[in-house]
Amino acid sequence: MEALEQFRSETRTWLEENCPPSIRTPMPEGETPWGGRKASWTNPESKQWLDAMGGRGWTAPMWPSEYGGGGLTKDENKILQQELRRIKARPALLSFGIWMLGPALLEFANEEQKKEHLPKIVRGEIRWCQGYSEPGAGSDLADLQTKCEDKGDHYLVNGQKIWTSYADKADWIFALVRTDTSVKHAGISFLLFDMETPGVEARPISMISGASPFCETFFTDVKAKKENLVGELNKGWTIAKRLLQHERDMISGMGMGTGGGGAGLADMAKEYVGESNGQISDATIRDAVVRQKMDSHAFGLTLQRTNEESKAGQSMGAASSIFKYYGTELNKRRNELIIEVLGTQGLGWEGDSFSTEELSATRSWLRSKGNSIEGGTTEVQLNVISKRVLGLPD
Amino acid sequence: MGLVLTEEQMLLKDTAAQFFQEKLPVANLRKLRDEKDATGFDRSVWKEMANLGFAGVLVSETYGGTEFGPVGLGIVLEQAGRTIAATPLLSTVLLGTTALQLGGTQTQRQEFLPRITTGDLILALAVEEGPHHNPTQIATTATASGDNFVLNGSKTFVLDGHIANYLVVVARTSGEVNASEGLTLFLINSADTKGLEVTRTLMADNHNAANITFKDVEVPATAVLGSVDGGWDILEPVLDFGRIGIAAELLGLIQEAFDQTLTYLKERQQFGVPIGSFQALKHRMAEMFAELEVCRSVVLDALNALEDRRNDIPSLASLAKARLSEASQHFTNECLQMHGGVGMTDEYDIGLFMKRARVAAATFGNAGFHRNRYAQLQGF
Repeated sequence: MEALEQFRSETRTWLEENCPPSIRTPMPEGETPWGGRKASWTNPESKQWLDAMGGRGWTAPMWPSEYGGGGLTKDENKILQQELRRIKARPALLSFGIWMLGPALLEFANEEQKKEHLPKIVRGEIRWCQGYSEPGAGSDLADLQTKCEDKGDHYLVNGQKIWTSYADKADWIFALVRTDTSVKHAGISFLLFDMETPGVEARPISMISGASPFCETFFTDVKAKKENLVGELNKGWTIAKRLLQHERDMISGMGMGTGGGGAGLADMAKEYVGESNGQISDATIRDAVVRQKMDSHAFGLTLQRTNEESKAGQSMGAASSIFKYYGTELNKRRNELIIEVLGTQGLGWEGDSFSTEELSATRSWLRSKGNSIEGGTTEVQLNVISKRVLGLPD
Repeated sequence: MGLVLTEEQMLLKDTAAQFFQEKLPVANLRKLRDEKDATGFDRSVWKEMANLGFAGVLVSETYGGTEFGPVGLGIVLEQAGRTIAATPLLSTVLLGTTALQLGGTQTQRQEFLPRITTGDLILALAVEEGPHHNPTQIATTATASGDNFVLNGSKTFVLDGHIANYLVVVARTSGEVNASEGLTLFLINSADTKGLEVTRTLMADNHNAANITFKDVEVPATAVLGSVDGGWDILEPVLDFGRIGIAAELLGLIQEAFDQTLTYLKERQQFGVPIGSFQALKHRMAEMFAELEVCRSVVLDALNALEDRRNDIPSLASLAKARLSEASQHFTNECLQMHGGVGMTDEYDIGLFMKRARVAAATFGNAGFHRNRYAQLQGF
């Protein structure tokens, strides 16, 4: 206990010295710190903050220090997160490398691969993208056809990926490729390569929200180094599934992050709908707001309970499937309710007639529709629960 | 307190589960119904429950109780919900005990708590006066007359009202008819009080309820529970505890209805395959499974709030009661539909779960009542 208090006081001192002033303010759009070779730092203090945190391994606080991580225990990490919240520090780095690839590498990669890739993820030097879905392999992901042939001293990759988040901005890709065409799941391998390799092309896709975070990614005779195949040849599906779990946790976590949905939403409703005797004056909207708030409260308690159960050594089994399904549906309802509360002001597209918040509500509502599609659709999640948890027959 | 049960609580859960399955299975409720039992519950099993310590879960050891606390009682109620057992757990163990503990004098506690613990005394809370829960809308009056009070008015939907030895009656001693101020609680002996008329009401769920009228019922000032005009300070926390207790019971009910339906879907064959292989049913079951997990978290946290005497008990009570009222309606409707024709028969239990779910949902505020209350508590 004393050691932890010592850690807290050292952490607090270090953060005081190293967290620049502008980093303790809300993050404006355009300053999102994704890192990588192509990063442009509109705020130099964001870069300074990343270097400081990455240098200590605190962008990945619980990864082993031999791979650049912070090497912290659960309790120490809890303190670090508390102290970061205390000073309202922005995240130093947002990274698919940390959320998705890193945990998979720690579990499945060989020593050289860990030493090569993990430290660069921690320091935000390399930005990763995920090459999973293909035009013909969405929910049926294992039907992927991107061909990967053994050419002796290298692999030759040909095919197409789709919905590759930020492929146009990423430095490297972790991709599922087909190394055996005679079998389905057992013919898939997990391969890493540089997006600057000749033959790689990423084309952004225009989405209904007006943004283009996803790309179509084409591979034409791409030569990948053989040392960058993770795990055993044709055993990539195991890694893929584990990584999907991390992805689902991340998505349901994001839904919650924005999904407090309570006081803010109620105040918004009072402002846009009207207030009488301290209540939202429209009874239907008031009921919708309270439903949202209560659902969010209840879901938060469920996340908390699962967390406590896993600490107590119990497991909830297919928990991540439930969270992905429930969290994303909750977030969609919340976004739908926000634009309803805002009325026509919540349906603006651009221009000075709308506030920044109003315009962002419109875009966020449209973006949220993808929550229940990406990372395994709601329907796939329900299938997984039916089969794995409830044991219902095929 | 966390959201994970302790070893002791797990043990209590197993004991309670086994007890209700063996001693008070659904068949027990059917028997009471079919034999038109006048008391509507099994007194000998109730004595056994008391011997196991279930009647004294909230009572301190000083008065012979087991002190398992709110989480302990919640665990027992959940298991009672699985067999929709008709017992005085709610009326006496939860509502009666809590009212006495919050408002009772030393003398009153000494007189009542030990006999509750032994299963010899049954209490009933007489609060409702109309078809919808409205605990401040009290028109029953209690007028001071010398050292006594005289009560006039009527109560409805008094749980276990016709078998109770004593009634905890909410009456108005001052104030407007819908004010929370001016209410007073009275402990009234239902056996030898003149002017009291108790009529059993037969409800769809075959659990006990009664209508009670008061015509110039004279009681001594010593019958006051708590302070004159200050009844709301006892009534509201008692009701909140009751709401959480019913939510715990409903959690057991929906779990059982869900489990029985899951088994049925794996067994029932149509088109040459188990109907549980159809996606139209699978997805609904998976959605209910997720809801069940959420319901469990809510009930556990509400029980913890009581256990730890947190200041967010009212919000949690409304969160739990609203959620479980609505979930129990949805679950029982869906489970009946998935059972098909046999779900409509009296032979299958699903219909009994549905009837109990509706009565429990209407008890101490339905989902709409509690959404409104939750919003008020949050300031919108």
